[in-house]
This record gives sequence, structure tokens and C-alpha cells, in this order.
Amino acid sequence: MTAATRAIGAPLARLEGPEKVSGTAKYAAEYRQENMAYGWVVPSPVPHGRLRAVLADPSADAIAVLWHGNAPELAAADDPELAVLQSDRISYRGQPVALVVAGTLEAARRAAQVLQLDIETLPHEAVLRTDHPEVYTPDTVNPGFPAESSAGDVDRALAEAPVTVDVTYTTPALHNNPMEPHATIARWDGDDLTVYDSNQHPSGVAATLATVFGVDRVHVVTEHVGGGFGSKGTARPNAVLAALAARVTGRPVQVALPRQAMFSLVGHRTPTIQRIRLGADTDGVLTAIEHQAWSQTSRLYEFAEQTAVTTRHMYAAPHRRTGHRLLRLDMPTPRWMRAPGEAPGMVGLECALDELAEQLSLDPVELRIRNEPHTEPETGTPFTSRHYVDCLRAGADRFGWWGRDPRPRQQRDGDWWIGTGMAGATYPAMAQPSTARVRDLADGGFEVAIGATDLGTGARTILSQIAADALGVPTGRIRIRIGDSTLPQASVAGGSSGSASWGWAVTEACRELRRTGGAEAVFDTTDLIAKQEKEGRHAFGAHFAEVRVDAVTGEIRVSRLFGMYAAGRILNARTARSQFLGGMIMGMGMALHEEGVLDPALGEWINHDLAEYHIPAHADVESIDAAWLDEHDDQLNPMGSKGIGEIGIVGSPAAILNAVWHATGVRVRDLPARLDKILPHLPT
Amino acid sequence: MKTFSYRTATGPADGLEPGAVFLAGGTNLVDLMKLGVATPDALVDVTRLPLGEITDLPGGGLRIGAAVRNSDLAADPRARQAFPLLSQALLAGASGQLRNMATTGGNLLQRTRCRYFMDATKPCNKHTPGSGCPARDGDHRNLAILGGSEACIATHPSDMAVALAALDAIVHVDGPAGPRTIPVTGLHRLPGDRPDRDTVLEHGELITAVDVPALPSATRSAYRKARDRASYAFAVGSVAAALAVTDDGLVSEVRLAWGAVAPRPWRAWRAEERLRGRPATAAEFRAAADAELAAAEPGRDNAYKMELLPRMTTALLERLADREGR
Repeated sequence: MTAATRAIGAPLARLEGPEKVSGTAKYAAEYRQENMAYGWVVPSPVPHGRLRAVLADPSADAIAVLWHGNAPELAAADDPELAVLQSDRISYRGQPVALVVAGTLEAARRAAQVLQLDIETLPHEAVLRTDHPEVYTPDTVNPGFPAESSAGDVDRALAEAPVTVDVTYTTPALHNNPMEPHATIARWDGDDLTVYDSNQHPSGVAATLATVFGVDRVHVVTEHVGGGFGSKGTARPNAVLAALAARVTGRPVQVALPRQAMFSLVGHRTPTIQRIRLGADTDGVLTAIEHQAWSQTSRLYEFAEQTAVTTRHMYAAPHRRTGHRLLRLDMPTPRWMRAPGEAPGMVGLECALDELAEQLSLDPVELRIRNEPHTEPETGTPFTSRHYVDCLRAGADRFGWWGRDPRPRQQRDGDWWIGTGMAGATYPAMAQPSTARVRDLADGGFEVAIGATDLGTGARTILSQIAADALGVPTGRIRIRIGDSTLPQASVAGGSSGSASWGWAVTEACRELRRTGGAEAVFDTTDLIAKQEKEGRHAFGAHFAEVRVDAVTGEIRVSRLFGMYAAGRILNARTARSQFLGGMIMGMGMALHEEGVLDPALGEWINHDLAEYHIPAHADVESIDAAWLDEHDDQLNPMGSKGIGEIGIVGSPAAILNAVWHATGVRVRDLPARLDKILPHLPT
Repeated sequence: MKTFSYRTATGPADGLEPGAVFLAGGTNLVDLMKLGVATPDALVDVTRLPLGEITDLPGGGLRIGAAVRNSDLAADPRARQAFPLLSQALLAGASGQLRNMATTGGNLLQRTRCRYFMDATKPCNKHTPGSGCPARDGDHRNLAILGGSEACIATHPSDMAVALAALDAIVHVDGPAGPRTIPVTGLHRLPGDRPDRDTVLEHGELITAVDVPALPSATRSAYRKARDRASYAFAVGSVAAALAVTDDGLVSEVRLAWGAVAPRPWRAWRAEERLRGRPATAAEFRAAADAELAAAEPGRDNAYKMELLPRMTTALLERLADREGR
């Protein structure tokens, strides 16, 4: 078997690109069915209470109004949020309390708007704070890490350290907001359920719906997905509601969520409060690192963001401690959002390091180099590969970092203060069991089938490249089938693990086909992955930012953003660059724009549309670039790849915030950094 | 959305049946209908009325038809030449797609983006009189510091209207009771105890045109908008200014209007009065802006506007006064 990689790495354009730009690629809500009805979710108008009755307006043109008083009983799933319309209990504002089904979308929405709800309102709490008496330590944090870790004597080391930093950073609720909102069309044929659903894991959604409805045959079609960022990792209430309504009405039913529901019903990133304490000797060698994180979850479900876990892997220090505390609130359930844990946690850690560098009068890049660990700092496990320092140095070279005046508020260009900042980046390299099937089509072509999804990242394309190299044929002879739960079971498109997981299964199936010379081969990677060491596997990177801050208004703009990565073998230079840049732009949003604005009295994030919840617009993205080192790591998977979907958002917010300080001398410790936080500190 | 009927208007003085509203570009109204905030029984489409022309007025002014699209007005060479602040304000607003649809009349009549108003399930005295205003204790980072009332502290979101306020524009309306004119600074009401009424227009009155008189000669003008992102964001503060300075450095003419601070485009009469005949210096500009804000009532999260608007005003007037920068 040759290890030639002719297709892997090439900047192949997305296979489905022409379909997408010409509008023929079909998304979940576009599989129009004969006699289809439309469901509209009625969100709870209160954050806590009991729904006593629902009174439909007889003039409204509804086919059915489903609520807990009349909805069929569902079997329990792992996720209590999927027990829709099963109980009178209201656990957050925006929770579905009814579903109106009508012959048109407009009629369903109107009938929902005039529906009368008889609700007993109960007191609620909506604000995360560290001194709340109900704050507790969870058993584990997502997806199963210990909530706490400790080594040495942190308190003593901090007391003895000549230089210390003790700072608190906060990040607000953030909302995934993929371009395509969650949508499902469900159709029953007897006890066979077919759903067209926008998700990141058709195999998982099919299994969940089978459990909830107590049926054996569920077919989930997920051909194209307009992004997910974690919010589509499992079946969401829209899928259950559509199937429920289709069962009751006997008609295919579409439930497509409006943008407003994307802020409550599909998960979000919890707000975090992070206290970071650092101790160092006078030449910048860390003696102590402590990272304590507070976050919230709902009354329905415990989701514990692993905010401080990254700090267990980044820097050497003999005395170290991390911990997580959680508070249950009458608010929606937080879930995964692009780099859960790493994205908020690296704001706290990497901004605190910048504050330490300031105190030491040491270059922030040099500070990080001086604290580079040789093995996993907590466990001593060797890294399969770690080129963080190379990323720092090469990134600094490419960005033009060296020779920077470290003092803040020194550089002025007309009305603008100019500053630069940097921060590290990391993300674990993971793989999960998947099964792939390959068939020799006997016409020179090969069909590769796996129940994976392409969120728009280029998964379909890179799988064709992986298969082409494994079979020793050009990519043009590979036909990829994905996005269907009836195909061999694949893992979720999440945790930056899709390419590694699916590519591994595809590679092995192709090798098997060549070995046996048969017409078909199927390979399941479960056993191979079970044997793998899980520690010491990470991608690394470094982000560099140049910002300018308007001296009159305090408006912040990012003039330059650059990411340098070491992420194993890059499978497709074009789609990889797109993923890196996308992550960095989302990081820019986290630093400067994104914030779920809480009204505590109403118990809701009230800026729930994209006019009010700002993400960067095109005009906000000026000069942006990503590059990567040629990293070889043969301990990961047959391709030698690390995931790249999330690392771009890790550290890029901190790089921007550190640049804002360098430009203005203002440390914004409560994200996002906006003009009203800068203005009071600017000279007149 | 609520079922509605639709017809096209046959003339500007047609009037409206009860429960009907005019439809022009639809960029705001249609959103509000989807959200259930606006629930008209009937739409009367005015886009086919002959209101789409920009014509010259004697003395160098322009008459802008109410149906002239924002993008067309922003690009009009006469408007760009005579009223740079107007063109700048238009281009600072919304997105290219929205400007292609939005009309001059509709832009003036767009409704607040207060987050409570935009949600029919929340209390709001503007969409549901008497239901209360959660904004004072809740979210008001971008709400009014001037001109608000106990019942409402909404801000008017338009950029264009701020420029028109500084330009002393005159709004022509027509309706069953006949045509009349209203200074643009008097078009929008302050909320008082009737925040549900945004303007002084009577039901059935239609804006037909906006007259913009020429600025005095030697007057320079500009519009400056501060916002949370570089594009496609409402102002958190904006300033439209026109200034003429005598040879000995005194303010001979000044027009000043602010956006994102009040329920209407806020003409800073008090600041203007204070500046006329005074030296065109940063200290005078700042003092005038502060004087305008003497009556302001900032809340917990919008007090930054008390610093933002004077800074922006001072910087913009300094720029206009700078002869070297001409």
C-alpha cells in the first residue's frame, strides 16, 4: 500500500459549490411535500411558571393546536428538552408551550400570535453571579472532564511570587446563529418516519427520534446544512415537534425556527465569569496558575462549560489549580458553541498573560515561549506533536511583531490610536468511531458512503480527496454519499473531529477494498479508536491582531488579523483557510460585537435578531489571513490531520482585546469591548 | 401575519380607510407585520404614485419626491454637491439592499428599534398603550437621553432624518383635508403620555415630498455616525452639522442635529444659539454641546452618550471650521 498523497492537501473547490451558488442545493425546509402543513412554535412568554390552559382563537385558521393538554405522550430521551409539550412546567422564556399547525406558514404564525395562554407565573432568577448561595461544583464538565484539578500549593506560590496577576474576566451569553436556522420537515408513512432536518449528526438524530416515538425505522436526510456551530449537534425540539405534529395531523409538517427562537431553543454559549491568578518570577517563568470559572445552566439540564480545562494544557507551572462552578437559572439551556471551553477560557488566560507581560515589561510572545511545557503540564503525558513555539515565532515574523513598542497608547494615525496584540490558540485533536462503506462501481468509479454531514465546511470534498488517495485514483472517480442516516453510522460533525473520524473510516474501507479486491468493503473504526491514547493530542496556533481605536468616539476596528497554526496535515488548503478565517472572524465578533443582552426582569436575551445581535459585517473584516506550518504527526489517524473547525475562535478574541489595550491603555475585562467601555478612559 | 387586503393608491389625497396603512419600500413595515407588532387590516401601496423625482427649487434647493429611493438620493449629483451631509447620512444607514428599497418618506416614518417595541410579547407603551415601559430599568443602552418621558424613551433610528433636521427641510403632506407643509423638525412628536403616536400626521395623510432649502453660501457640512460595527448598524450617536466661519474666526452660521439620543432627530437649537457669533474653537463647540445636554436625563447604561455626543460634535465642527482642510 503506497502512502502517496496526491489529492490530499490540494485546494480542491467544494464539490457542491455550483449547486449552492446556483440555488439548487436543497436545505431541510426546501423538501416541499404534497399536502404539507406548517407548524409554528409558541414560545413561553414567562421564564418560570405553569401552563394551565391554552385557548385558541376560533377565527384563526389552524389545523391543530398542540400543547401538553392534548399532545401524545413521548418516550423520554437523554435530553429532557426533547420532551416537548409533555408537561405544564415552564423552565425558561422561549420554551415551546404549544405548536400551532396550519395550512400556510403565515396562518400558523398568526394563529400562534393570537393564542391565549393561561399561565401561573412563578418567581424567576436570570442573573449569573459568583456569590449566589446555590452555586455548586458539578461532577464533571463537558464532555466528561473532572470539574477540578490541582497540583502543588497555589496559594503559597502566589504569596511568594514577586510578580502576580489577579484578574476577573467575563464573557456574555453568545448565540450560535448559523445562517440556516434549524428546520425540519417530517412525514409518516405508517410507522416509518422520514425527516428532512438541518443537523450535524443524522445518525444521532435518527436514533433519538426512534427512541422518542418508539419506532424502528427513522430516515433522516441532511444533504446540505447552512452551518451549525454546535447548535445542531443533536436533535433539537423542532425535529420532535415536526414529527409529533405530522403524526397528529396525518400530514407532512414543516417546523422552521424563526431567528428569534435561535436565541433560546437551540443552545447557546453560557455567560462566564473567570478569575485568573498568575504568579511568576522576575524573568517571567510562571510558578503558579489558577483559573476558576463560573457559568450557568438551566433547570432542565446540566450543561457545564469546560471553561478552565484548556488551562490544564497550555503552560508549565509547578503550582496549578483549575475549577468550575455552576448555577442553575430559569434560563435556556446552554450547549456547545464553537470551541466550548476553549473559546471563553482562552479569553481569561491569554488576556491575563498579557497583563502579566505588561507587569514584567516582557514581550508577550517571549513570555509564552518561556513557559512552554515539554509534556502535558498536569499529567506528564508526551504530546504527539506540539509546535506552539514555532507558531509564535513564525506568526510574529509574518505579522511583523518584533520591535513593537510595548507601551500602550503610543501610536497614532490621524484620528486613530493604533495597537497590536497577540494570544495563543489550541484545540484538542480528537477522533470518534465511524463506519464507512466503499463500492467499486465497475465503471472506473467508486462510491464512498458514510452518514456524515457537510455543514458548509467542505467535508464532502475532503472525503473525496482522502478516498482518492487511499484508492490511488483521481478525485473525479469518487462519488461521495453523505447526509443520510441510512448510510453507515458516522460520528457528529463536532469537536473539530469530523474529518479525522470519517476520513479514518473512509481510508480503512478503501484500503480493505484494495486488499480484498472485492466489490464492496465496510470498515468500522471503533476498535482502533478505543486503543488510542486520548491525552497529549492538540492543535496549536498563535493569533496576532492590529486594531485602531477612534480617538474621538472609542470605536474599535480590526485593521489586521493573522493566525498561524500547526494542525497536522492540512487536507484541503482552500477549505482549511476558509475554516481558519471563519473562526477568526467569529473570534472578532466575540471580542467586539456579540452579546446576548439580558433583561433580568423578563428573563430573556432581548436582542434576539441579527439586526440587534451584532456579528461582524463585511466592512468589519479588513486584512485577514491564516497560514500553517507543515506539521507531521503519525500518531493521530491515517491522514495525520488535526481538527481545524474551532481553533480559529480560540485566542483570537484575546489577541484583539490585548491590541485594544496596547492602542488605548484600556483593559476591557467584560466582553464585548465597545466604545462605551473605552470612552470614559480616553483623553479629551 | 394577520390577513390584510392590498390596493394601490390612485392619488396622494386618497386617504386611508380605518385600519389601513400606506406601504412604500416596506423595509420596516413588513418586518413589523411579520412580528405581529404592526397588524394593519389593509395596505395601500403608494409606490406607483408619481412621487419619485428629485427636482430643483429656486435658490438652489431640492425637492425630493417621497418615493425617491435612499440609494438614488444618496447618489444624486446635486444632493451630493449641495448637501454632502445628507448623502453621507444616507450612505451610513442600513445596507445597500435596504437603501435600494427604502424611500424618503418611509425613512422619515420608520419606527424605533427599541427592543421592547420590536417584540409584541413584551410590554411597550408604543405598541400597546398602557402596558408599561421596561426599558428604563431594563435595556436602554441605545435609547433616549433627551426628549423622553416616563412612558417612553425610544430613539428614532434614521440617519437621513438627522441630516434633514439640520438642513431645515420642509415636509409636504397631502390628504383628505388637503395639502400642508410641516418643518421636518416638527414632524416627529415627543412621546409624552402618547408614545404610540410617532408623528403629527393625521390618519390618511401622506408625505409627498421633502424640500431641502439651500445652505447659506460658504457653509460646509458633514455627517458623522458612531456605531458598534463598521456597517449595517444603527447609530449609537450621530451628528449632522453645517458651519460657516467669518474671516475673523467667528461662527456666522451653524446647524446641528443629533441622532440616537431622542425620540426624534434632535435639532440642537440651544447649542446653535450659544455658538452664533462666538469663536469657532474646540472649547466653544464643547461648551455648546454640553449646554444642549443640560436637560438630558441619562439612564444607567446610556450615560456614555453624554460624553460621546459632545466629543463627536466638537471634532466634527473643528473639521468643518478648519480652513486648511477645505
